[in-house]
Amino acid sequence: MDNNLGIYICSGCDIGKSLNVERLVNTAKDSNKPVVCISHEFLCGPEGVNLIKNDIAEKKINKLVIAACSMRAKQDVFNFDPLTIHTERVNLREHVIWISPPNDNNTQLLAEDYINMGASKAKKAAFPEPLIQDLNKTVLVVGGGITGLNAAINSAKVGYEVVLVEKKSNLGGFPYSKYKKWETKPPFDKNIWIKEGLDELISRVESSKRIKIYKNSKIKSVSGAPGKFNVEIEPSDKDNAAEVINETVGSIVAATGWKPYEAKKLDYLGYGLTPDILTNVELEELYSELSENGKSESFTVKRKSNGSAVKSIAFIQCAGSRDENHLPYCSTVCCMSSLKEAALIRKNNPDANVYIIYKDIRTPGEYENFYRKMQDDEGIYMVKGAVSDISYDKGNNEIGVKVKDTLFGGDIDLNVEMLVLASGMVPNSGEIEYGQDVNLTAGNPTSASGASCPPSIPVSTAQVAKSGLLNLAYRQGKEMPDLAYGFPDSNFICFPYESRRTGIYPAGSVRMPMDTVFSVDDAKGAVLKAIQCVEQTSKGKAVHPRSNDMTYPFFDLPRCTQCKRCTEECPFGAIDEDEKGTPKYNPERCRRCGVCMGACPVRIISFKNYSPDIVASMIKSLYIPEDPTDENYRILVFACENDAYPALDILGLNKINLSSNIRVIPVRCLGSINNVWYADALSKGIDGILLLGCKFGDDYQCHFVKGSELASYRMGNLKETLTRLVLEEERVRQIQLEFTDYMKLPEIVEDFVNKIKSLGPNPYKGF
Amino acid sequence: MSELNNENPVLIIGGGHSGVSAALEITEAVNKKVYIVEKKSYIGGRVLQMYKYFPKLCPPFCGFEINTKRIKSSADDNINFLVSSVVEEINKEKDGTGYIVKIRQKPQYINDNCTVCGECAKVCPEDRPNDFNYGMDTTKAIYMPALSTFPLKYSVDDNYCKFSSCKKCEEVCSYDAINLNAKENIIELKVSDIIFATGWKPYNVEKLENLGFGKFRNVITNVMMERLAADNGPTGGKIVRPSDNKEVTNVAFIQCAGSRNENHLPYCSAICCMASLKQALYLRDKNPASSPTIFYIDLRTPGRYENFLNKAQIDKNIKFNKGVVGKISEDHATGDLLLDVEDMLSGKKNKFRAEMVVLAAGMYPNIKDDLKEIKIGGDIKIDIDENGFIFNENYEGGIFSAGVAKFPLDVYMSGQSATSAALSVIQHNAKL
Repeated sequence: MDNNLGIYICSGCDIGKSLNVERLVNTAKDSNKPVVCISHEFLCGPEGVNLIKNDIAEKKINKLVIAACSMRAKQDVFNFDPLTIHTERVNLREHVIWISPPNDNNTQLLAEDYINMGASKAKKAAFPEPLIQDLNKTVLVVGGGITGLNAAINSAKVGYEVVLVEKKSNLGGFPYSKYKKWETKPPFDKNIWIKEGLDELISRVESSKRIKIYKNSKIKSVSGAPGKFNVEIEPSDKDNAAEVINETVGSIVAATGWKPYEAKKLDYLGYGLTPDILTNVELEELYSELSENGKSESFTVKRKSNGSAVKSIAFIQCAGSRDENHLPYCSTVCCMSSLKEAALIRKNNPDANVYIIYKDIRTPGEYENFYRKMQDDEGIYMVKGAVSDISYDKGNNEIGVKVKDTLFGGDIDLNVEMLVLASGMVPNSGEIEYGQDVNLTAGNPTSASGASCPPSIPVSTAQVAKSGLLNLAYRQGKEMPDLAYGFPDSNFICFPYESRRTGIYPAGSVRMPMDTVFSVDDAKGAVLKAIQCVEQTSKGKAVHPRSNDMTYPFFDLPRCTQCKRCTEECPFGAIDEDEKGTPKYNPERCRRCGVCMGACPVRIISFKNYSPDIVASMIKSLYIPEDPTDENYRILVFACENDAYPALDILGLNKINLSSNIRVIPVRCLGSINNVWYADALSKGIDGILLLGCKFGDDYQCHFVKGSELASYRMGNLKETLTRLVLEEERVRQIQLEFTDYMKLPEIVEDFVNKIKSLGPNPYKGF
Repeated sequence: MSELNNENPVLIIGGGHSGVSAALEITEAVNKKVYIVEKKSYIGGRVLQMYKYFPKLCPPFCGFEINTKRIKSSADDNINFLVSSVVEEINKEKDGTGYIVKIRQKPQYINDNCTVCGECAKVCPEDRPNDFNYGMDTTKAIYMPALSTFPLKYSVDDNYCKFSSCKKCEEVCSYDAINLNAKENIIELKVSDIIFATGWKPYNVEKLENLGFGKFRNVITNVMMERLAADNGPTGGKIVRPSDNKEVTNVAFIQCAGSRNENHLPYCSAICCMASLKQALYLRDKNPASSPTIFYIDLRTPGRYENFLNKAQIDKNIKFNKGVVGKISEDHATGDLLLDVEDMLSGKKNKFRAEMVVLAAGMYPNIKDDLKEIKIGGDIKIDIDENGFIFNENYEGGIFSAGVAKFPLDVYMSGQSATSAALSVIQHNAKL
């Protein structure tokens, strides 16, 4: 590959007034031997851009170093074909002159270092080779309930083939056997027959030429990657296990729904005392039976115990939900469903009194209309309070309910003929064994090179269900990682579909508690993500969060020591391994974060434009003054590209000074930092290393889930290296930084610089 | 992907979180152009004015940064913006293939040459109230509108700029980026589909006369609280009250300010409980001596948001009072507020003194009023309900909604609805 380097230095936006640009040009020429090195006073203007374009055409420049503003600015202007031109942006404005005193030697040195780092990177960077392939684009929908049916029909509507797998003999899922639901469009103040629309949807799915349906079936295994998943489908009935069918699909919508919370665990609320104490689901079944599956509109609700018409009934809300000992979350649908059931009682048994015992009534949005209507009904009593006792009087065949802390002070006693427990939703996300760590075994503890390679510990790794639904043949576990309480939900507020298994999107009430109205929308969103994933992947482009990135890591396998750290630490389970522990990388599952590259102790993993070697050469290009004066301390900063780097930009926009001792290298994620860089930097004479990256823990902000946490964990391993070099461990520090923490940066940096000064200069300086 | 049968772009009205999400989800799935029409001079919408999101207490900018990167790296110039623009007319295309839309774009005084060097604002002599901070501070008449402005350039407020009688900014700009003689543009687009992603505004709580907003300076709204807490806000992130800039400790949050009230907003705005819990938590974090009290009817924290409620309830300095605030009056001597509270748990009427009151103003869908300003062809079906939400989409006509234009939703659910709307658009154009 030709390496025709062109360095273009902008002197606009006060760069020329703050720096000696002529000197910059000269040092850039001396250090980097470019084909072209010039300055221009308005590089992003038409004249400046044309200059670059002409050099590309005439002088065959293919490695551009644009030393001007931040890579986040003017991207539309400095926009060259990434497959043939490498564009390296050097941030002389936000990261140099806007945060440093003008016409100062240290500011000048800062600018020189940044240009040399940019040039070193540009020289070593190769062009991406996108992995363009013909891929299978069929959508596998697991689950034939409301969400699954909608996912299937909506995929077919955009022309995609669908494989729909339903474990039961009929489609329609949970609601199918029930009676009524609340209205699915404004004003949401009525009840409608549950099968309204559902039978039609089922028949549309069943008659669609694009949808292949497997009923009575389940997933035996899923292997492969987006665009090339191999799915084994087997009969749900184990006795009939002979036949396994193989299907190839492109992406997966997991719409496995929910099950009611186990009723027998509600014995503390009297479940089991009498048949007249039943769950909301059992009440629905009773309605369905009494209405002869919806054939009859009017019927009398009768007691299960003796068949007499119910005259008083109480509902206990949050039966199991919002309870640390049962389901810690709110099941979201039970308030509306109890109000609906109350309305049906009042319609069919007009003399009946209905009590709804609740903590908070949750009828969000326009569902409030339904609640308001129920409040107007004189036969419905809303009782805010906590149930303190349930008893059954066998003689009178009555159920006693004691409620304390009611709105009107004090306790009340109710005697009712029927009691309904509004039990919650449990996601069907596979059988989870809580308290068990993911079964990750530490690999070969020493590497071939003799470098220490301590076992990696899965950091904040989510619980992965043992088996049941998708049965992924993935190294990191069989099911979707659980975010909380078994819901494989996204932890990103801005990106609700971001699952941790590329190409697999949970939808509906398996993802979070939701009703049928929202499940329909959710199914559509998941389908969009499913087809988007295969479309982007087939073009060789990454999906979220590095959408459109065409690079991906290469594994130099002959040098692999089978330590398994990459396969363990990949946040997205993209890497499988063979029996020996050699990684089997799946580029279609990869999100391009570089966590594997950071993990690898023998540095065999690299991207075309981002690698241990490229960053090492950037570090090597730094000028480290030997004279130990205050201004000569050198601090290397690894900054997360998405949050810390922009925070530095914003600081610049606000023209707030920052120590000129720092040299910033943006990284895809702190998790991509390879420990060798610390050694490279410290042996070069860098005095301290500061990591600026995202928050970790339960509310992690790292877009690669656990990159920043892994960086923190790996720093533990670093101590040994530092000890070997006889260096203080305080020379490396990680700070969790949010985008908006820019005002804290001066203090963070100054504090660290002072710490390093107190330790004294790196003794390796000048070696 | 099968081919699309309509090459015209999609019109997305509103460049907030929902509109931008819908644009990205469409263009990353199919080769289709979109036009985002945004009233303000920047993309990002109301969420950029938030200090932190619930339940993670993370800043909105980190997701926005990813979205702007997605826009910048998108292929084929498929994502287009018309900022400072409003839709004036929508008519059906005669051949039935979509709509002809007339858009009015305010004069673009600043062109793409702008490098945000900031020299213009240094010489600008005029101040304007800063709408980004709900008028709690000022900027120059030429200004950077938001923390993470996209497209990255300055704006001119034509209500405050003196134009030809000043021109100082034009003179100082080295990049020929300012033209104060710029004229407005009328743009006509043929579009295949329309997504309403028009968002919301806080309910005008001055209408709740008993609560004293507009009369008493220390009664503020939840959205103003976000700006007070923000480091880039009018107080640099110090939560102080407007009357005397005193750091507040005893703050009353009044839930359902307008919402769940048939005379105001009959619906539940769905986000205000979580928002007030968030604000109480960050107030506690910023000022450990603080003791917020939340006056509520029901605490609505669905799904795993329950966790967030638990987090607030564990803090004994956050008080919960199920009660209705009947009236607020001011103690003129101190600027404190006196609340008449009917405690629903005890039935007693109590007085409560607070240094500052935060009204949890409900979400009012913008489209309810905006639709009145747009001339819409009589044969176009836009099913807007009595509260101003477009819940029922027009699948045959290719008219969809996302975010709070559809239903009272939080950021997370707005993203869901935008992704769903993106699929609707593709379905509407799929050549099968």
